[in-house]
Amino acid sequence: MSGVALDPKTSPVFPMAAKAALGDTQMRKNVRHATDVIQSKRARVVGEMPDWQQLREAGRQIRQHTMEHLDFYLEQFEENCTRAGGVVHWARDAEEAKRIVTALVKASGSDEVIKIKSMTTEEIHLNDALAAAGIHAYETDLAELIIQLGEDQPSHIVVPALHKNRQQIREIFQRKMNLPELGETPQDLADAARMFLREKFLRVKTGVSGANFLIAETGGVCIVESEGNGRMCLTLPETLITIVGIDKVLPRFQDLEVVLQLLPRSATGERMNPYNSIWTGVKEGDGPRAFHVVLMDNARTEILADKEGRQTLNCIRCGACQNACPVYRQTGGQAYGSVYAGPIGAILTPQLQEMHYAQSLPFASSLCGACYEVCPVKINIPEVLIHLRNKVVKQNTAGIAGLFDVEAGAMKAMAMIFKSERRFRAAQRLGRIAETPLVRKDGRGVGWIGWLPGMLGGWTQVRDLQEMPEETFRDWWEKRRTNGN
Amino acid sequence: MGTEMMVATNSGTARAEVLRRIRVAKGGTSDTETAGTAWSRVAREYRRSAVLEPKSLLELLEDRLRDYDAHVVRVGYCDVADAVAKMLAARGKRRLVVPAGLAAEWLPAGFEFVRDDGMSSTALDAFDGVMTGSTVAIAVTGTVILQNVPGQGRRAVTLVPDYHLCIVNAADVVETIPQAMDRLHETAKLTTTFFSGPSATADIEMTRIKGVHGPRHLDVILIV
Ligand code: SF4
Repeated sequence: MSGVALDPKTSPVFPMAAKAALGDTQMRKNVRHATDVIQSKRARVVGEMPDWQQLREAGRQIRQHTMEHLDFYLEQFEENCTRAGGVVHWARDAEEAKRIVTALVKASGSDEVIKIKSMTTEEIHLNDALAAAGIHAYETDLAELIIQLGEDQPSHIVVPALHKNRQQIREIFQRKMNLPELGETPQDLADAARMFLREKFLRVKTGVSGANFLIAETGGVCIVESEGNGRMCLTLPETLITIVGIDKVLPRFQDLEVVLQLLPRSATGERMNPYNSIWTGVKEGDGPRAFHVVLMDNARTEILADKEGRQTLNCIRCGACQNACPVYRQTGGQAYGSVYAGPIGAILTPQLQEMHYAQSLPFASSLCGACYEVCPVKINIPEVLIHLRNKVVKQNTAGIAGLFDVEAGAMKAMAMIFKSERRFRAAQRLGRIAETPLVRKDGRGVGWIGWLPGMLGGWTQVRDLQEMPEETFRDWWEKRRTNGN
Repeated sequence: MGTEMMVATNSGTARAEVLRRIRVAKGGTSDTETAGTAWSRVAREYRRSAVLEPKSLLELLEDRLRDYDAHVVRVGYCDVADAVAKMLAARGKRRLVVPAGLAAEWLPAGFEFVRDDGMSSTALDAFDGVMTGSTVAIAVTGTVILQNVPGQGRRAVTLVPDYHLCIVNAADVVETIPQAMDRLHETAKLTTTFFSGPSATADIEMTRIKGVHGPRHLDVILIV
């Protein structure tokens, strides 16, 4: 995966990528461990809240209300932010957003920026655009730093490097920070990151951030984080450029009381994350002297226009649905071919692509409903998945959807075979001969078929098949009868 | 400057277009009145008020702060300077930066307290620590809130030094997040920082590690 951006336009379709991911046992072990830990922490702190369901309902209603009046709240935010000394820019799409940010960084007189982890900038591959303009971006979130130095890709929206264990991280740091003696305890690794980044925090004059929430009523911006790297990026540079999707706005300051209860408990299983920063425009003598906000659409209005898909915009990016998803837990995040992985990725990514790419993602789910249950703003992900599946099929009977037609076709063929005993026997005999070149023995001598040719390929893209037994039960039963036993 | 002008011009068209798309998507334009009425109808049946007695409230705050690796002591107003001296001695800290407006009677003799006058980040980095007051603390989550006011200062001051000693008044302790937001509403536009324990990360194998970029150690003195 190294160095290649997670871009839905060029990534392999989910069934293919997932198949490759399933072979990476170390990655799967790391993902399972991390998601287990977060899930049990989340369950414990959510259990402490007697009013959790009421908070979820309030969260859902606030987000839904915001979408219904999005034009008003964005204009209100713009007015208040501008009055407080911020400069608001609007971007219709990713290209425009990248142009604006690049121009602003250049205007700040800097050819390097410090960045706090931001899904929005990853969504548009901002770092590549900055690099093309000769601007070096330093990721400062520990996980993002691991990924940047390891030339890797993120695999989770909250804990992007959860697929790496400490030995793998140590190896990256040793190599890239030139620290041959580096120890391998998490504390050693965090200390190395502190040393490595402090010099940059104190030197680099321009910061780039995303935002968790914009507050229309005050023109304020809120960022929720743990390490303090966010505070460093927001506070120390002379220029701060914050880029946010238009969906991130909240009506009033008071609404923070709901999302600040829902987000940390859902995201990291903490009662409150170590740091929240709220700032409004520029404040003389405190923080950057120049503050820019780029409000980016990038297909969010498309999603807003789709009545059933619209609830996707309510997402507050907590990642709880990823941790709970049995598919994500098996494949990890990178198989989704997008920075948004797991159930939220499965519904958000294809819609951000205006349903032109990533069309296999709505099918990357068992529809078990675990994601809906944990979602702090009650997004009915299974409902949206089904809605999008229909959209894919309708929009596109050829193309990617064909892959799933293949599975449907294979199922039909199976049904036909099962209906006739003669055909069933013939198929079994034929199958045993035909499978021989496809079988690979595993460590215990059990044969597995990794892929089936032709029409049956759709089936094995998403699952392995055990080889057929030498003698079928039917064959054995019949022999037993004729032998008179 | 030329570049910025160009960016702004492009944005005018983009602004109109994005707002147009939103209005088409949701079918119409919203204004202060429709949005305001609809906002007030959002069901807020969650808990807003306190249930704990004052004594248990402080115990809860202490417990939650300790859970996040902060060291907490409880003292009367007259004993603050003493408690500060003990804590600094225990931590081996001698030279601290303090924001303008921090109560002089809280500063014990025998240590160096330097008032922040907008010094550079590099200068802040050279201090052993920082000492500040606070605006509000939330018991349920173990959170302390700082704003840019006298005695708390600008954000960089509590960020760059490796150690933070924070004074919290029992009168400023609330139980729930909604109570804290009520208190902050008037001063919502001030730069505001919530902290819950020292800086931490769980990015490496989900092990909680204290202190990545913010202060690595946090002491809290609770004035009762
Ligand atoms: S869809 Fe819900 S659970 Fe998933 S990331 Fe968004 S808010 Fe969290």
